[in-house]
This record gives sequence, structure tokens and C-alpha cells, in this order.
Amino acid sequence: MKKEIFEPFNVSDNNFEQCVKCTICTVYCPVLEVNPDYPGPKQSGPDGERLRLKDASFYDEALKLCLNCKRCEVACPHGVKIGDIIQLARIKYSKKKPKVRDMILANTDIVGTMASTFAPIVNPIVALKPVRRIMDSVLKIDHHRIFPKYAGLRFESWYRRYAEKKQNDFKKHVSYFHGCYVNYNFPQLGKDLIKIMNACGYGVHLLEKEKCCGVALISNGLIKQATKQALHNVEAFKKSIVDKNMPVISTSSTCIFTIRDEYPHLLGIKNDEIRDESELATRFLYRLIDSGKLKLVFKKNYKKRIAYHTPCHMEKLGWSIYSTSLLRMIPGVDFMALESLCCGIAGTYGFKKENYETSQGVGKPLFEQIESSKADFVATDCETCKWQIEMSTSLKVQHPISILAEALDVEATMKLWNA
Amino acid sequence: MKFDNIIIGGGLSGLTCGIKLAELGKKCAIVSSGQSAIHFFSGSLDLLGKVNGEEVSNPLESIKTLADNHPYQRVGIDNMTRLADEVPQFLDRAGLKFSGNANQNHFVLTPMGVMKPTWLTIEDFTRFETKDSFPWKKALIINFSGFLDFHTLFIKDGLKKLDVTTQIKNVSMKQFEAIRKNPSEMRSTNIAKVFDNGDALDEFAQKANDLSEGFDVVILPAVFGLLNKQIVSEIKAKILKPLVLLPAVPPSVPGIRSQILLRKRFQALGGTYFLGDNVEEGFFENNRLVAIATNNHGDIKLKADQFILASGSFYSKGIVATRDKVYEPIFGLDVNGETNGSEWKDEKFFNDQPYMHFGVKTDSQFHAMINGEPVENLFVAGSVLGGANALKEGSGAGISLLTSLHVAEQILK
Repeated sequence: MKKEIFEPFNVSDNNFEQCVKCTICTVYCPVLEVNPDYPGPKQSGPDGERLRLKDASFYDEALKLCLNCKRCEVACPHGVKIGDIIQLARIKYSKKKPKVRDMILANTDIVGTMASTFAPIVNPIVALKPVRRIMDSVLKIDHHRIFPKYAGLRFESWYRRYAEKKQNDFKKHVSYFHGCYVNYNFPQLGKDLIKIMNACGYGVHLLEKEKCCGVALISNGLIKQATKQALHNVEAFKKSIVDKNMPVISTSSTCIFTIRDEYPHLLGIKNDEIRDESELATRFLYRLIDSGKLKLVFKKNYKKRIAYHTPCHMEKLGWSIYSTSLLRMIPGVDFMALESLCCGIAGTYGFKKENYETSQGVGKPLFEQIESSKADFVATDCETCKWQIEMSTSLKVQHPISILAEALDVEATMKLWNA
Repeated sequence: MKFDNIIIGGGLSGLTCGIKLAELGKKCAIVSSGQSAIHFFSGSLDLLGKVNGEEVSNPLESIKTLADNHPYQRVGIDNMTRLADEVPQFLDRAGLKFSGNANQNHFVLTPMGVMKPTWLTIEDFTRFETKDSFPWKKALIINFSGFLDFHTLFIKDGLKKLDVTTQIKNVSMKQFEAIRKNPSEMRSTNIAKVFDNGDALDEFAQKANDLSEGFDVVILPAVFGLLNKQIVSEIKAKILKPLVLLPAVPPSVPGIRSQILLRKRFQALGGTYFLGDNVEEGFFENNRLVAIATNNHGDIKLKADQFILASGSFYSKGIVATRDKVYEPIFGLDVNGETNGSEWKDEKFFNDQPYMHFGVKTDSQFHAMINGEPVENLFVAGSVLGGANALKEGSGAGISLLTSLHVAEQILK
């Protein structure tokens, strides 16, 4: 038996021709519902593409209102890459130059390095109401927004100082793409990951100089810089995956989604050699457990009711099953899945003054679900969803890896896998 | 990743299989490449509307006259009778109220203004017992200003033939100004969202009541109750005259509500719904399908004891036609329809087109076949089966529902 593959011979890379105008995508666009200035995925994507090919002046700057959540792509019955069409059109046609504000928001690496260096001063200052008012009026960063706190000791520095040496004691090894959030804002998540991986018998290593995945650069139109960083990262991943035979795992759904899918689709950067072995830590662990190569032992006294939120990029990856399956393995967890809906923050999008209302409008149905969930806290794999949910609801948010780390009986698990 | 049953396809057929199996305790997963045709749902489920161009009055009786290879004949008349009877309660358990009778078609008024026979109709819409009479004489058709997906003149023309005089009026309200700004996005679902979330309903009902002075009946597009089902009964209560809702151009509000409720029912029963994923490959051992690989899950294969292919017909790419062949694209299963290309079609467009009957070949127990050998644990259900021209017969929903329930029973045996 031979599997047939239908290969249309006259379809563009972004396959806009395969749109049959069924309008299903428009039903699931979270922006369209709250902001009528946005033309919607069908009009902005495949319909608009026809016009833009004819004449670039048909490009509509309102396309910047797209969150790039990709929920249109998940809904599309014909596999049209609607979100990619829209983002590529922005890259190709937009004449709007990024503002100073956009550069500040997008350059998570540079800003993070500076801010974490002066964390004790920066944290209280940016949290002050008058400062937020000034940022609002001068930079157009909405005053409702509270910046995530910067860590005094960056994850990379902590790792070099306290963790690096013992990683070579293990028989098996992985590399960890920690991302900007873990490095500058929340090193604890990185420490939690190392705790779990070590208990499972894996040494955790850093890449040879990781750079920000560039997702915020792409969405803010800083394409040259994004491309440069992406090329650097692909090389760094190759050194781990191809040269050292070490898969790369991450704890950020958006970073890993960007590296796997946005690099080739939006930046035109080939990543075939690394794509399959670049993944989320929860997927890596799930595979081991599913194939009988790993078993986690949990504490008996862990008891929590957890509501899981599916970030948009997890929805697109289809990977929330891995995180939720791991959480359900913890004996004391009372698990509930929230309806998969966009939280509205979309990285830097919701921080911008002009998007604040849209952002909160998009997130409202999710916030209402969370408030009525009676959960102890929310679990999710995306850091910006975490900020948004914590800013907009009464519940705290934890990463599945941190929950696992807390519930894990480290010694018992270690005994099984570090013999 | 191991399940008891995996269903490929998340439309009416796939969800029916999944819910039925999950109701009886099976751990199921559905893999769906995107949202389904339920989004285009008219609000009525047809069992059999026409045979050889003649309108059918008693579907269960007329089924006996269908060709031997028709899916209904293959399910068998006894099974059909029993399963058709189960369907309303089956849907009711998902929160979907339908009424109708498999022994006697009723009629619904279509948005083209004609009466069509059907089997089950969702509670939003009005059932008519005869084809050539409309119970009211003076009808008011109300549309929303700027809403292009409700074609009032067709309805007016159609009702004229039933001796009904009609008047068309448009309503504007400030609550709809925002979505009107973008004319291409003034869709039924966007109007429904305004009613779902806000306070527009009272004001709209007031306007409709004022306008309907002197009329016997009010006709409105079905733009009520997308996520909030209550809105449908509320509008019915608030409009003082009898109210007839008619489907608008898709996306269909009752359709999307139905899809969501069916999917939620499946998930509430413990089912896993993989949306936006494609099956790339099947792994066979000794005439059994042991696992599938999907685009999203890659090397983490999905395993199951039984699989069901409910991937739809041409439109959903359950079967694919190129210039020289027809094939099933996931597993390369045997298909009916690998005939000479010139015989695929009838030159007269409106005739019963042969290609509409193409589908995946099965044995009598609905097992898929490869090179003439049945695959022990791979079943086929829904429109991918072929053997019928659902469009000509008015049998699409019946085939999806009843072959799926039947296949689920084969698995549960």
C-alpha cells in the first residue's frame, strides 16, 4: 500500500489560494469580536492577499491589530496558513516604523540585561503609579500594566554559579532554552526544570549563548534583528542537537513555537535539522513516560485544584495534552481544563496603550471562567498569559513544570532513575 | 499515547461515533484537521428527502427502494429504524433539542422561500406539516441594516407562491454600529455575539413588536444564541407575534452552537479532541492498524484498539480526485470510483453525478479494505463511505448519524 500525497501544482507558499471562503476562521478570531477596526482573518489574510498581489497599496495598516494567536489556522478546515499570510503581509508591506516604545518592548534581551542588573532599583520604580503614568503618556505603555519583576540574579548566572558543575554527573543530557522570562524575570522556573530533569537522570546544559527567540521583534516589525537572532539560535541548537546529540527543551510555549514554526514560515530560515528535537519539557517528559522509560513518583500530601489554560500557541502546536496529562498524573490534583480561549495579551500587544481595551475585551470570557473555576490557581505554559491572568483575575498562575517540581518526590524519583 | 478508540474526523459523524463510544465508557480521541461542516448547518437533519427526484414522505419506508450499496441498505432496515429512533435522545443528552419522525418527514421553510422535507429540526426553527400551506397570511420580514447574508427578496417571492403577502423592513440599532463599520464582517455570528453579551435583545424585540403591528407573523434571520442558548427562547418570548426564524448564509449560528455542544459533550465524557491536526501516516501489522502519526504529535504515535475513519467526502478531503484517479489520502484505502475518468461525471450538471457516489470501500461490517483485504480494526463511517448522492437525496445528516451509531455498535459488540 502506498500513501498518496496530493500536491497542488499552482499554490503559493502561503497557500492563500486554498481558501474556499467558508468564513469559519472569522468565528474564532478573538480580535474581530471586540475590535471592529480589525478587518478579520479572512479579509486580512487570503482575501487581502489577492488584492495585495495586484497592488501593494491595498495593504491595510489595521493588520497590526492581529494578535498572531493562530486560532484562525487551527479552525481552518483547509489548512490555509491564515496567520502566516497576515504576518508576512505586515513584514512585506507595512510602512510604519517601530516606535521607541516598540523597541523597548521588543528587545527583551537588552532591556532584560539592564533591568536585571539594576533590579532592586528598577522593580520598585516601574511599579510606581506616577512612573506608570509617565510611561503611559510618553511611551504609550498602558498604565494598567505592571511589568513583571526583574530578578537580581539572572538564571544564567545562577546556573553557572550553582548548577553547572554537577550536570556532568548524569548519564543522559539535554540542553535547555530558558528564554528571556526565565533568565531575567523568573529564574525559579528554570531551577524547577533542573530539579525535575536531574531527578529523572538527565543533566541539563545551556546552549552556547542563547539569544531571545525574537517573537517580540517579529511582532514589532524589527525583522532584520529577528532574523539575525534566529540564525544565531538555529546554529546554537545545531551544536547541541546535531553535534552533541542533545535535544533542546524549553519551558516557554511561545519561544519553542517561534523557533519551530515562525523561523521557517515568517523569517524564511531553514530549521529542518533541529525542528523535531526542539520541544517543550512537558512533551519530552511525556514521551519518556508514555514509552515506559520514566515514571515520576509524587508526594502523597500534595492537594490542589488546578485550572489549566491553553495558550494560543499551545493550541496551535496541539501540545497542551502533554502538560495536562502530566498534571493529571499527580495523585492529589483536582484537574479542570478551561475552555481554550485567548487571554488577550499576545506578548507585547496588550502592553501598548492603544491595544489595552481590545486586550482586556478579548480576555474577558477567559477571566470569567477563571473567576468561577474555584481553582487554587491556574496552570499555563506561557509567561505572558501568566502576566495577563494575574493582572486581570484574582488567581495566581503557575507553570506546569513548577507544579510538577513542587509535587515531585525527588528522592524517590531519583532512586528509580539514577541507579 | 493510547486510547481505546481513535476517530479521524471531527464533524457530525466523528463526534457521533466519539460520543456514543464514550457514553459506554470507551476512552476516545478525535483528530480533526479543522472545524467542520456543522458550521454550515441549516438547522434540520435530513434522513431521506428525495428518491429519483420524487419527494419522500416516509423515509424509513423509502429506504427499502435504495440501491443495495447505499449506506442505509448496508446498515439494514431494522438497524436503521432502531437507531433513527435513538437520535433525538442522543442529541438531547448533548443539550440539543430536535423534533421530528423518521416515519414521516415534516417541512421547513428555507431561506430561498421554499418548503423542503426533512427528518429532525432543531428547536430554533418552525416545523410545517404540509408543503403547500403557510399558517399565516401577512408576514413581516425583518432584517438588520447592513446585514448582507439574509436574502429577504427570495423569501418574499417564495411566500408569494403560498399566498402570503409580505413586507420587508430593516432595523438599525446603535449596538450594531460597531460591527457595521466593517461590512464584510457583518455576519450572523457577529450579530449573535452582540445579543449574547449585551442588552440589545430588549430594544430589538421592542422595535420588532412596533413594526409588526397588523402582521400575523414575524420572520427573522437565525442570529440568536451562539454561546448563550437562552437567547433563542428569550427572543421567542419577547416577540409578541408568532416568530419564524430562517437560516442565514453561513457561518450558521445554530450550527456553531451545535458543534460546540457536541464537542463539549464528548469532552465531558472524557474524550480528547485534537483540533487543527492532521493524520500523516498509519502503521499496520497483520491486517490491523496499530497506530497513527499526526502532524502535531510527530514521533509520539496515537495508538488504539479500534480506529474509525470519518474524514468526510471530497470537500473535507476524505477522498481526493486528481485528473487520473480517486484515492483515500491518509491510508491509501480501497475506494469505489477508480473508473475511467470520462465516466466520473454526467455532462448535465444537475443530473445525479457519478462522482458524488465515490467513497471508501468497506466489507459488510464497515471495515476499510486494503488491496481487497479488510482491516480488522479500521471502520468507516459518514460521508467518506460513498454509495449515495447526499445532495440529491437529502440524506447527508442521516448517513453521518446512522452509519456512525451503527459502526459504534460494531465496535461495542
